[in-house]
Amino acid sequence: MTQTRTAPRPTIPAPEKIPIRLTVNGVEMQLKLAPWTTLLDALRDHLDLTGTKKGCDHGQCGACTVLVDGRRINSCLTLAVTKDGATVTTIEGLATDGALHTLQQAFIDHDAFQCGYCTSGQICSAAGLIAEGKAKSADEIRELMSGNICRCGAYPNIVAAIQQAMGQS
Amino acid sequence: MINFQYSRATDLAEAVRLIAADPTAKFIAGGTNLIDLMKEEVEHPTRLIDISRLPLKNIEETAEGGLRIGALVPNSDLAYHPLIEQRYPMVASAILAGASAQLRNMASTGGNLLQRTRCCYFYDTATPCNKREPGSGCSAIAGLNRGHAILGTSDACIATHPSDMCVALAALDAKVHVTGPAGARAIAMVDFHRLPGDTPQRDTNLEPNEIVTAVELPARGFAANWTYLKIRDRLSYAFALVSIAAALELEGDTINEARLALGGVAHKPWRDPSVEAALRGQSAGRSTFTSAADLLLRDAKGFEYNAFKIGLARRAIVRALMQAAAGTPQSQPNKKIR
Repeated sequence: MTQTRTAPRPTIPAPEKIPIRLTVNGVEMQLKLAPWTTLLDALRDHLDLTGTKKGCDHGQCGACTVLVDGRRINSCLTLAVTKDGATVTTIEGLATDGALHTLQQAFIDHDAFQCGYCTSGQICSAAGLIAEGKAKSADEIRELMSGNICRCGAYPNIVAAIQQAMGQS
Repeated sequence: MINFQYSRATDLAEAVRLIAADPTAKFIAGGTNLIDLMKEEVEHPTRLIDISRLPLKNIEETAEGGLRIGALVPNSDLAYHPLIEQRYPMVASAILAGASAQLRNMASTGGNLLQRTRCCYFYDTATPCNKREPGSGCSAIAGLNRGHAILGTSDACIATHPSDMCVALAALDAKVHVTGPAGARAIAMVDFHRLPGDTPQRDTNLEPNEIVTAVELPARGFAANWTYLKIRDRLSYAFALVSIAAALELEGDTINEARLALGGVAHKPWRDPSVEAALRGQSAGRSTFTSAADLLLRDAKGFEYNAFKIGLARRAIVRALMQAAAGTPQSQPNKKIR
């Protein structure tokens, strides 16, 4: 039962790094990346934008949520090279001129986090949710935020914070 | 992650040419399942061909009164498209019952069809799995099989097909348009996915160098009497233990036409024409629906941990048909099942 079963793999040469262009939080960035670099790793390891968190790295927890061309996605399941030319907004890009984004302020007002590890993803996901305009009720917010896990269990306060921000947007 | 080369296809002909030139290459669109499987070293393509920029992102009305959905339409765009919401609410509901908002923004229509089972042994490269390594054995048959199939299983594999969208597409008689080196063809949705038999490594009847280009919905959308009822271990963002796509066409209480497809119970969306034939002409109601459920589950076979699914499916079928008959489809945000 413990025997590892893996078929022999063909050996392939290390690929050339691929030049790509991303506009991240309003700044155009030129990068050269191996094709397997995820957008999450490109942000954290190549652009030093460590606000976006690596949780499960399998698209199950939502900690890595960022906005690509205005839509919320899991950056851990996105190859950076496939997003050449895209506009990316991370948690670092939400505040304007030192003023917190309404969602950031609402999360503070409602104490919508404990350890804070999921919070960047929660806030970016909520920004996507508000832009989508499909959630009206608390039930709908809960359903459409279900891709963001909070192991501290701050969900009631997260929903309250999003409701406050929705009222202001 | 594993080492691989990357190419970007600029048109459909180039995509087909690139895939035919490299037997260990794979297409990538949304990547939500493939990237995960590559991180787990379950899939190990030597080249990814990026098709995400191909012009397959339109939803168009067909001459027959249906809709043709480009293979690269994101799941969320499809679910919220006005024509889908109005004419095919079952498709919208099934899509919104699956995955998360982020994943639905990424995942493509064609990729949803091609996602692989979430059987834990398929993912665990330390254990035998006939789907991952043909001939190595099935770890699920005598293993942790709570989520596994109860219909159409084989001695080689008891995995389930994971999609919600495909269950609705199967119920509605959708067609899958594909193209490849031998040209274009259409495959009925009910024939697109396979039962495991002794070749569980093949999930679908797509040929190796073919690409899904579109999904076509026929005119009939059953927008009056339908439901998509999904039963799972938590209220959202989980794969189905059992899901039911049910649609009825009623004249008074009499059933003129019935559609019933199940998810979470088999290696493909499960449809049984004999059950739908038996429903036609009957009076809509609990006793009719209970007989239909018993007929559909006549050959169901449970394993050590999933036998509960037979009773669950029986009750879910009856409940779903009641919801469809009453014109009160299951709400996805409000989890109360009525």
